[in-house]
Amino acid sequence: MTLSATVSGLNSVPAAVAAQEEAARLKPPAPARKRVSRSGIRAPWWFLVPALGIYLFIVVWPSITGAIYSFTDWNGLASDWSFVGFENFAEVFSDRRAVAALVNTVVLAAVVMVVQNVIGLGLALAVNNTIKSRSILKVVFFAPVVLTPLVAGYIWSYLLAPEGGINSVLSSVGLSDLAHDWLGDPNTALFAICGEIIWQFSGYSMVIFLAGLQAVPEEVLEAATIDGAGVWRRFFSVILPLLNGAIVINLMLSLIGGLKQFDQVMAMTGGGPGTATETISTTIYKSAFSTGEYPVSIALAVVMTILIAVLASVQFRLTSRKAD
Amino acid sequence: MNRYTRLSFVREVALIIVGVLFLVPLFALVNVAFKPSNSRTSALELDFPPSVANFGLAWGQGALGGALINSFIVAVCSVLGVVVIAAFASYPLARITRRWSRLTFYLFIGGLLIPTQLGLLPLYVTMRDLGLLGTLGALILMNIGTQLPFSIFLYTTFMREMPLDYEEAALLDGCGPVRTFASVVFPLLRAVTGTVVILNSVSVWNEFFTPLLYLSGSGNTTAPVAIYNFVGQYVAQWPLVFAGLIITVLPILVLYFILQKHIIKGFAGGLKG
Repeated sequence: MTLSATVSGLNSVPAAVAAQEEAARLKPPAPARKRVSRSGIRAPWWFLVPALGIYLFIVVWPSITGAIYSFTDWNGLASDWSFVGFENFAEVFSDRRAVAALVNTVVLAAVVMVVQNVIGLGLALAVNNTIKSRSILKVVFFAPVVLTPLVAGYIWSYLLAPEGGINSVLSSVGLSDLAHDWLGDPNTALFAICGEIIWQFSGYSMVIFLAGLQAVPEEVLEAATIDGAGVWRRFFSVILPLLNGAIVINLMLSLIGGLKQFDQVMAMTGGGPGTATETISTTIYKSAFSTGEYPVSIALAVVMTILIAVLASVQFRLTSRKAD
Repeated sequence: MNRYTRLSFVREVALIIVGVLFLVPLFALVNVAFKPSNSRTSALELDFPPSVANFGLAWGQGALGGALINSFIVAVCSVLGVVVIAAFASYPLARITRRWSRLTFYLFIGGLLIPTQLGLLPLYVTMRDLGLLGTLGALILMNIGTQLPFSIFLYTTFMREMPLDYEEAALLDGCGPVRTFASVVFPLLRAVTGTVVILNSVSVWNEFFTPLLYLSGSGNTTAPVAIYNFVGQYVAQWPLVFAGLIITVLPILVLYFILQKHIIKGFAGGLKG
């Protein structure tokens, strides 16, 4: 997959893990393959040097120091610092904004993960059919995926504004009672953002499900029909189990994308009203770059990393077991 | 099952309606951008005559030209860098079966689970000390570093399945390792290279968090950062703002509609590993 799904952006990263783990689970351990040939092909080790150098400098080293600094009073400027144990983490969990951000992020990730994939699967099943306009519909459903998330966020903040498109449609069909300041009301703002993300990335889930559906043989479906299985039975007993790989990847992608959410929130609400839509990423950004609370920022990043690792592996365990 | 029945027709009509609903936000984007600035009509109503003044204004006020050029430079350099560096690195990772080679591969793959936020502050301070803050170079380096794990994963898994015959032939013909890789192996990887280029171009072009940090305070911007500043300045002047939005997403949307099949396949293909 990506992306930086964006993911923020299109984050392609988690999918790769999922794909790899999935492959490892499905295949028996490969017999030691002869990658060094009889005739002596040599792949020089120094081909790795540029990649390792940049990767260690940009990812590995900063991440390790970040994790260490989260146990210190390092403030980003002074070169001397001392260990303070779990003090920064205690501060994170007593900080109302940070706690709100943790809760909001988990809610957002869960809602997006479920709804986006249900819609994505529905679209994939509908498009994977004899209908004539399927190729153009595929292009239509996927188009929002390549759109800059920040820009998509702005379009939706216009549509969701008190005098925006959604309210005017509601009043024109006589439902003006439902018209609402979607992003200004703390009770609806987070879900309005979820709606935007779902619109933007359902097409992505669809494409992955479509790739999975290629693996469902027509004969198997026909056999099931002959055996008397109805539409629902075919769906739950034949199609869904065969889609397991695509489901694992899709859930992983949307979960991790949701846990990293930054761009759309910045575009649509900036975290408000109050702390109603603050996410972990927006809080990390603000506490480091506007309020200067470096320890909170850096401890929150550690919490985020752990949260991603734990939730992603729980999700992976749960969904992969279903196939057995 | 494969015949076009009455049911298929109903399904088709329903799906076209869903498709039209999906396009409403994009329609609103274009429609509003062409409204005169004092328009009072709603997002879905057309204004006659359409006004193109917003585009000229947005282009001038938002300093979008420079931002687009920067975005373009960053995207091209990052993607080229990732392709070359990841492809080279994957060759020994795929062909050497020693323990260190496997461990190095896992070191790269581990990066897939680490959010950039973890190393954010230490790296920011390092970049500041090196005087790289505000430069496109810092951004390109960042992009290459964060995109390497996935690209290496794709290249390595693909290369492991590739037969050795071509490399052996090249060796017999007297090619050294660099020549073998550059003129024999790399051309055989073009399917993966396509996926890597597509995924990385889209994510680098749309990236907001990193340039927001690394370019803030400098005169440099990329398209999303320019838009963020622009909207902050002209908030609620929607026709003007939307014209700016269109200018910055036009390159990627045009590319998408020209290369749609390849792009969709790239996104799905990368996933199959």
